[in-house]
Amino acid sequence: MDQIFRIYEDKLLKSGLADPGAPLLGLLDARLSWNRDDIACAELERLFDHLSINSLVFSQPAEPYRSIVDYLAETSGGIIFPGDCETRTFLHDLPVSFNFSSESIILALKERKSVIIPGHGIITYGTVGLEQAYVTFSSVCFACFVKFFSDYLFDVKHGKINNKRQNLFDLLVKRLDPAPCFKASLMKGPFDSAMSVRKAIQEAGMLIVEHRLVDSYFGNISFCYNDTLYISQTGSSLDNLQGFIDPCPLDGSSCTAITASSELPAHLKIVKNTDSKAILHGHPKFSVILSMDCDIEKCECRGQCHIKCPHERFVGDIPIVSGEVGSGPHGLCNTVPEAIKDRPGVIVYGHGVFTAGQTDFNRPFKNLIKIENDCRAEYFNRIR
Amino acid sequence: MYGWCGKIARLNLSDQTWSVETADPEILKKFIGGRGLAGYYLSKRITLNWDDPDMPLLIFTGPLVNTRSPTSGRMTIMSRSPLTGTVGDSSVGGSFGTELKKAGFDGIIITGKSHTLSGIEILNASIHVTDACHLAGRQTGYVHSLLKGKGSTAVIGPAAESGVVFSSIIVDRHFAAGRSGIGRVLASKNIKYITVKGNGKTKIFNTQDLRKAREDVFRLAAASPILLGEFGISRFGTGALYDLMDARCMMPTDNFRQTKFSRASLMNAHAFKKRYAPKKIGCRGCHILCKKITKNRTSIPEFETMSHFSALLDNSDINTVIRANRICNEMGMDTISAAATLACFSEISQKRLSPNEIVSLLLDIGKKRGMGTELGMGASTYAKRLGRSDLAMAVKGQELPAYDPRGAYGMALAYATSTRGGCHLRAYPVSHEILRKPVATDRFSFKGKARIIKIGEDLNAVADSLTACKFIFFAASLEEYARIYTAVTGIKTTGQDLYKTGERIYYNERIMNAANGFTEKDDDLPGRFFDSPGYKNTSIDIDPIDREAFLKARSNYYMVRKLDKNGMPVPDMARKLGLVVL
Ligand code: SF4
Ligand SMILES: [Zn+2]
Ligand SMILES: [Zn+2]
Repeated sequence: MDQIFRIYEDKLLKSGLADPGAPLLGLLDARLSWNRDDIACAELERLFDHLSINSLVFSQPAEPYRSIVDYLAETSGGIIFPGDCETRTFLHDLPVSFNFSSESIILALKERKSVIIPGHGIITYGTVGLEQAYVTFSSVCFACFVKFFSDYLFDVKHGKINNKRQNLFDLLVKRLDPAPCFKASLMKGPFDSAMSVRKAIQEAGMLIVEHRLVDSYFGNISFCYNDTLYISQTGSSLDNLQGFIDPCPLDGSSCTAITASSELPAHLKIVKNTDSKAILHGHPKFSVILSMDCDIEKCECRGQCHIKCPHERFVGDIPIVSGEVGSGPHGLCNTVPEAIKDRPGVIVYGHGVFTAGQTDFNRPFKNLIKIENDCRAEYFNRIR
Repeated sequence: MYGWCGKIARLNLSDQTWSVETADPEILKKFIGGRGLAGYYLSKRITLNWDDPDMPLLIFTGPLVNTRSPTSGRMTIMSRSPLTGTVGDSSVGGSFGTELKKAGFDGIIITGKSHTLSGIEILNASIHVTDACHLAGRQTGYVHSLLKGKGSTAVIGPAAESGVVFSSIIVDRHFAAGRSGIGRVLASKNIKYITVKGNGKTKIFNTQDLRKAREDVFRLAAASPILLGEFGISRFGTGALYDLMDARCMMPTDNFRQTKFSRASLMNAHAFKKRYAPKKIGCRGCHILCKKITKNRTSIPEFETMSHFSALLDNSDINTVIRANRICNEMGMDTISAAATLACFSEISQKRLSPNEIVSLLLDIGKKRGMGTELGMGASTYAKRLGRSDLAMAVKGQELPAYDPRGAYGMALAYATSTRGGCHLRAYPVSHEILRKPVATDRFSFKGKARIIKIGEDLNAVADSLTACKFIFFAASLEEYARIYTAVTGIKTTGQDLYKTGERIYYNERIMNAANGFTEKDDDLPGRFFDSPGYKNTSIDIDPIDREAFLKARSNYYMVRKLDKNGMPVPDMARKLGLVVL
């Protein structure tokens, strides 16, 4: 089997997105190859005839995603509309196909990057490689997870939970990953070379992934050393940052960091406007879910919370701000740097968490875990 | 009709007559507009010589032009290329496309030959051919100034008039239809300039859907480090790529003898920004605004120009880069080809060109003086005459842009298969090989690249036909643009349907080239890339490209593109796409 298949099977398993033996991966150059034989291959081969794609992932997601995805799909009426930032920006919405036939799958994939077939799994594709299909697969799972738990919270408050959903919820709660916990310590600052800075970033990246504080592998990390911000590249896997960290001189004298994370503007503002040097950004699930729970009944901005929430909102002492990915008038770079001053971290509506520290990643990492665990506890408080 | 005007103007310069024809809606659907539609009309005449009076020069916009669709102010100018003999086109911005639509035309087909040097002036639905003898030999800037008030302007310079094969057409002073030597076709028709002005509106099928789809694209653009990020092209211009090419050790240096330029850090976009403090401008309707001009309206060079007039010529004088760019624009010649031809000359004559020599040679080329006469034939012809074809860094006679193919194998394949010769924009693999979008691919591997390049070619064929700017596809995809297309035209489509259309447009170009005798022999790179290494140090080796692997990838490409094993179009496939092999 091709090495590349093994890499993506591994990724799917390690990030808890699929069970061993489940993923079916296809890759087409001049010839089509699969990671294994499967009866589905014949049907899925047609996708390559009808779509301008070069790779495909088909898998039943692992629990708890599987039950969530199936539930959302079955109750959807054909398209699932998650409200998290990742979906809003990149996937838009999630089409469902109620039967496993190439015609109906193709119809969905002609319009969107993924299709959910309840009882069968999720299909995603890439035009330049499996990485793309993998990323989409992971985003779908993440989006569905967030949607299920935030819808539940909303509907519980409005007394709209039926037995079926309650039973599923109870079951899922039992299957949740244990709350992340970290007792050891990361590399201690202050760092005395660019080399150790890079090492510290790599270490933090690895731990973030290990503790599932990101959806799949994405988030971003930076450290400011000697007037240069070292930052993870856009689309890099946080558990493998060696060779994927861009140096970005603060005086702007080089554009090499054009490949840096989309959130570079926010990172730069934080290090320029605060004493912080070490910044972490992840997408821990319950922080994202809780950020979307707003009780302000008559808010004039309902529906636009992600770009212009006018209210000061908090979980404990952690502010929740609005802001979209990257730059632009609604970019989170306009909200996060201000909000993070003198605070352990900030939650961005429907998106994720930023934490910052002054000498190394110990404090920001612990805060990231703490914020997520506080949000998780608070979530279960609110449904009671 | 929504989106399109549904009208195409035909102008015959020989007898100075013009007419308007109604576009066949089926053809519009099949070829969209811009490059696709121009290609459809060109294919009927493609075997004529480029300077045959019956050879058309086509200027086409697309259905999204003159609407609120993002980055859709562009158009294509196409004919048969005097430089390569292939299909020759150039996508260009500014306001021309928008004005043409406002005037009521999706495109204009110019044939024949004017008896004396003339101008074409389009004002809403009327076309006038005017005398332009007094403008003979005039630089483009001067002509643009004279035409003030006549709307958008497209102008050739002295280079085209004196027969330089890589002449450009300069639109609205700052935007170049640079590649393929398209300016020379206009010169052969004795046309010095074209102006267009209109005040019509383009009808939109569903404005609300358009607004929604537009927001989706804006959101993606904002999330894109390359477009609107801290170091993106909106802030720094396309020169933002310069440092990255340096960091990746793939900056063509010394006529591609090296891939690393020691003084790159002093010649980067930041250096230009600091020195010239430029402001942003852009194509009509674009919110990215990637062009930079100084206070006295001098253009800051695009990335390719920056790179080739520095590294490729081993020049470390920043002002010479600015001057070279200005001369090329004033003379009306393609900066990439001009710089690469000088680099070829420099290597053959074994001497490094001083800043003054660069400047004076460019002027000589534009004015057809001394050495300039020979260099105006382009690197390939020049090198061939001296028996040194191996030193012309070109594909199908078109000089290569500023990405060394030894540093990105998808680019190597894309250069070879490009239907207009040495060009990075047909498949634009820079996106994934260098900029990590939509995800990163291994730049030192041919694995999977055949299909990736084919898909990229189809995508960009669609972009050039809608028309939309290729840069937006660093962030968005046809998925979002399909919704825009549907909102504008009312024609239901999907991202994947558009890919199919792109495939048709590209195959049509392969058919045209095949009809002119192009075969797999022409889908190749200069030998240097297979036998000489580029930069080496402890952390990176830019090795020669493995010839076997390249050939394998190319034959894979033929399979994926559904050509025969010699790269020739197959009647069966053509039929499936609704085309015929010529
Ligand atoms: S990004 Fe630049 S080239 Fe593209 S449409 Fe905008 S201004 Fe024109
Ligand atoms: Zn994020
Ligand atoms: Zn609110």
